Amino acid sequence: MIVQGLVFYLFAFVVVASGVMVIYARNPVHSVLFLILAFFNSAGLFVLMGAEFLAMILVVVYIGAVAVLFLFVVMMLDINFTELRRGFIQYMPIGALIGIILLAELLVILGIWIAVPETASVAGAPIPPPVETSNTLALVRLLYTQYLYFFQAAGLVLLVAMVGAIVLTLRQRPGVRKQRIADQLSRRSEDAIEVVKVEPGSGI
Amino acid sequence: MLEIGLAHYLTVAAILFTLGLFGVFLNRKNIVITLMSIELMLLAVNINMVAFSSQLQDLVGQVFAMFVLAVTAAEAAIGLAILVTFYRNRGSISVEDVNLMKG
Repeated sequence: MIVQGLVFYLFAFVVVASGVMVIYARNPVHSVLFLILAFFNSAGLFVLMGAEFLAMILVVVYIGAVAVLFLFVVMMLDINFTELRRGFIQYMPIGALIGIILLAELLVILGIWIAVPETASVAGAPIPPPVETSNTLALVRLLYTQYLYFFQAAGLVLLVAMVGAIVLTLRQRPGVRKQRIADQLSRRSEDAIEVVKVEPGSGI
Repeated sequence: MLEIGLAHYLTVAAILFTLGLFGVFLNRKNIVITLMSIELMLLAVNINMVAFSSQLQDLVGQVFAMFVLAVTAAEAAIGLAILVTFYRNRGSISVEDVNLMKG
């Protein structure tokens, strides 16, 4: 129990610290790297809470795909990094005010919240005991039966996002030499070869 | 103190959410940081969902957290695509330069 508590405090501290560094780092590349650190440690928190599958999904999908996408985009853009920091002080008071108000509200809600003992008995899909069914198996049994349509809808959302991203970023630049296979295939020998009668001594 | 309950996880999530909101307000020069702050907020939401799921012994919270993950991935892809297009047209990624429709 003590080990669990210590591990929780370690993960929680690193998550919060790297969250701060995401905002305060001077270089956006460092921000992305701290974001990856935050994701790793929240995956650790998920494991502590018994959601192993989500933790692995967080590592694979989030760090493997989304954070690396961020990294690529940040490195692709040619930006003056010192220019980006201006106006930080200017927005500090309003940002701090709103942040503190929100945090106070959240903590007030947290303080007065009590769990009614009956909540466990009205669970929509009770978690089976981990010794019989692993987290992944239990999650997938629920996802592929009761939530199948939602699962498909999530796939559609991702498809639309993919098409949208391609449509937004694809561009035809003039002056780029590209292979046009249709032109190559429809080319005939009459177009390609010209027979010229050359008078002796005159040249073409 | 070392007995970890629901409140501990909710506190971490609340702090993380506030940090994300803070980042959205503070970084007016860099849309990338704003997008990353939104990611932080969604991560906080996911921590909340999984914490309640584990506390109430209800698997639906984890299923919903998966859907949140899918939507977040879509949001990041679209957001970054818009960012790249915007950078191509304007040559900057400052939020203050996004004023084409201001009139």
